[in-house]
Amino acid sequence: MVELVSDVSALVGRHMKHLVRIPEKLLSVTLMPVAYVVVFGVLFGSAISVPGSDYRSYLMAGIFTQMMLTNVGNTALGVAGDLSNGVVDRFRSLPMSRSSVLIARTLSDLTLAVIACVTMAIVGYLMGWRVHEGFLKALAGFGLLLLLGYTMAWLGALIGLLARSAEAVNSIAFMLVMPLTFLSNAFIPLDGLPGWLRWLCEWNPVSAVVAACRELFGNTTTGTGKGAFPVQYPVPVSLVLCGLLLAAVVPAAVGAYRRAAAR
Amino acid sequence: MEIAIEAVGLRKRYGGHEALCGVDLSVPTGTLLGILGPNGAGKTTTVRVLATLLEPDEGRASVAGYDVRDQPREVRRSIGLTGQYAALDERLTGRENLRLIGTLYRLGRRAAKARADELLDRLDLAHAAERQVKTYSGGMRRRLDLAASLIAEPKVLFLDEPTTGLDLTSRLTLWDMIREQLAGGVTVLMTTQYLEEADQLADRIAVIDGGRVIADGTSDELKAKVGGERLEVSLADDSDIPATVTALRETAAAEPVVAQDSRTVSVSLRDGLKTVSEAAAALDAAGARTVGFAVRRPSLDGVFLALTGGTTSRER
Ligand SMILES: Nc1ncnc2c1ncn2[C@@H]1O[C@H](COP(=O)(O)OP(=O)(O)OP(=O)(O)O)[C@@H](O)[C@H]1O
Ligand SMILES: [Mg+2]
Repeated sequence: MVELVSDVSALVGRHMKHLVRIPEKLLSVTLMPVAYVVVFGVLFGSAISVPGSDYRSYLMAGIFTQMMLTNVGNTALGVAGDLSNGVVDRFRSLPMSRSSVLIARTLSDLTLAVIACVTMAIVGYLMGWRVHEGFLKALAGFGLLLLLGYTMAWLGALIGLLARSAEAVNSIAFMLVMPLTFLSNAFIPLDGLPGWLRWLCEWNPVSAVVAACRELFGNTTTGTGKGAFPVQYPVPVSLVLCGLLLAAVVPAAVGAYRRAAAR
Repeated sequence: MEIAIEAVGLRKRYGGHEALCGVDLSVPTGTLLGILGPNGAGKTTTVRVLATLLEPDEGRASVAGYDVRDQPREVRRSIGLTGQYAALDERLTGRENLRLIGTLYRLGRRAAKARADELLDRLDLAHAAERQVKTYSGGMRRRLDLAASLIAEPKVLFLDEPTTGLDLTSRLTLWDMIREQLAGGVTVLMTTQYLEEADQLADRIAVIDGGRVIADGTSDELKAKVGGERLEVSLADDSDIPATVTALRETAAAEPVVAQDSRTVSVSLRDGLKTVSEAAAALDAAGARTVGFAVRRPSLDGVFLALTGGTTSRER
């Protein structure tokens, strides 16, 4: 256990150096989320209106959630990179604990998610976004977002280990994240959609997380209380979904790490 | 004599292709085994199996007394590995790379630090220690990669083509490092494309082709295997060739071989010095104008080509 902690902390140190030295990496968790909040807020904010709330506040939970989903790509790219340049081979020839490589990687990407959340919260605040349910609930909302981000990091690790190349990783991450965010309540209220599409979007797990954050931040529209089960009880549903996904993906990724390197 | 690396009947299949079809190796403690073989012969696969990166389909292997399949962790504690391609973190400096690996070997941060500095000095990398590895030249990367494998003072060292792409100075530095390790009792298994390197460093040489060991022995034994010494006579003019061939045929009692473009006639020596003196007398009597008269031992290159048929047919 002591050894695991020492391995993980040495490897996290490595990733933190990357964060400082690879400008794209830092920009992707600072400039990008800022751009999202500003562009979506200003552009859509003036075009779309939602009943009972202003659209900018409504949108924040959606952008937060989308940002957490992009963690899939971050982690997958990092893992695929280590595989292709031989670093994984080197690590595997060392007497270190096997799981420490993935634990360190996902914890580091969780740190990126924290940076992104803080940045977005500050910019959102400057643009008029407020939480209305008190500090603790807001904190719980961020906790849920980070749980999603951490789950996505492990999913990304699995994808990176299976796909192995940056190109494949990029397209898989895109094909996963795009429909999940756009076929959800992240950017639009679902009330106006045709029946089947609305049903689909409401059962999309991302909608549950977005709805849960809106509830915890107090950015809900007046029209809650109807809709499918996941958006009716978003907080417990999100927690259970993230928990289940994490429980499935962590052992799968650890197994894939063992095999991936053994080719 | 204690055996540090032993492999028995290693097999590894990729799809329908057998990369290893029964490799047997045995390396006594404190010696260097050189592995030669054409591209695709299975050298890297062998090293990866022995270094616990790859599980063999069949066969067993032990390194430093531990079984690679059942005690991989103990094996990893005893080995250092320099792969065919440098495995370094591009965005860390040379020093940071070594310290990270030292820490992961569980040397403790202070010892890892001291050992990193020592190796950077030894491998002429001190001047670049604070630079990110992405700014390193190919040779600098290879040297840093070697340093990484030495950081925990392993008992057994695996080097997969460690000097490929190195200039002469770096190669000599590396040879010195390897000899130093051997003198300290370290066992080394090294693959190489340079026969001269194997000749220089290896106690024994194994030639691998098509996934199996096709010859194995000391450099001298391998040379003897493909034929003994040859007498080589170079001539001043093409017109001297027929007379020379006749003279040599009588004394050496074997058919001389003519190389037209270099105007040389060579013949294998059966009786050593006796034949040499007779041949010299016969040539003199025939009045051939010789410009060169030399006894040549077969080079390891010749051995290699003879054994592998000069092909890389197994490569996919
Ligand atoms: N991961 C893999 N998947 C499929 N085939 C592989 C894999 N790794 C190696 N091979 C095949 O196994 C054989 C042996 O490969 P190996 O890398 O051991 O050769 P080598 O002797 O190291 O060659 P080189 O001198 O080119 O480095 C080759 O035919 C190669 O194509
Ligand atoms: Mg090779």
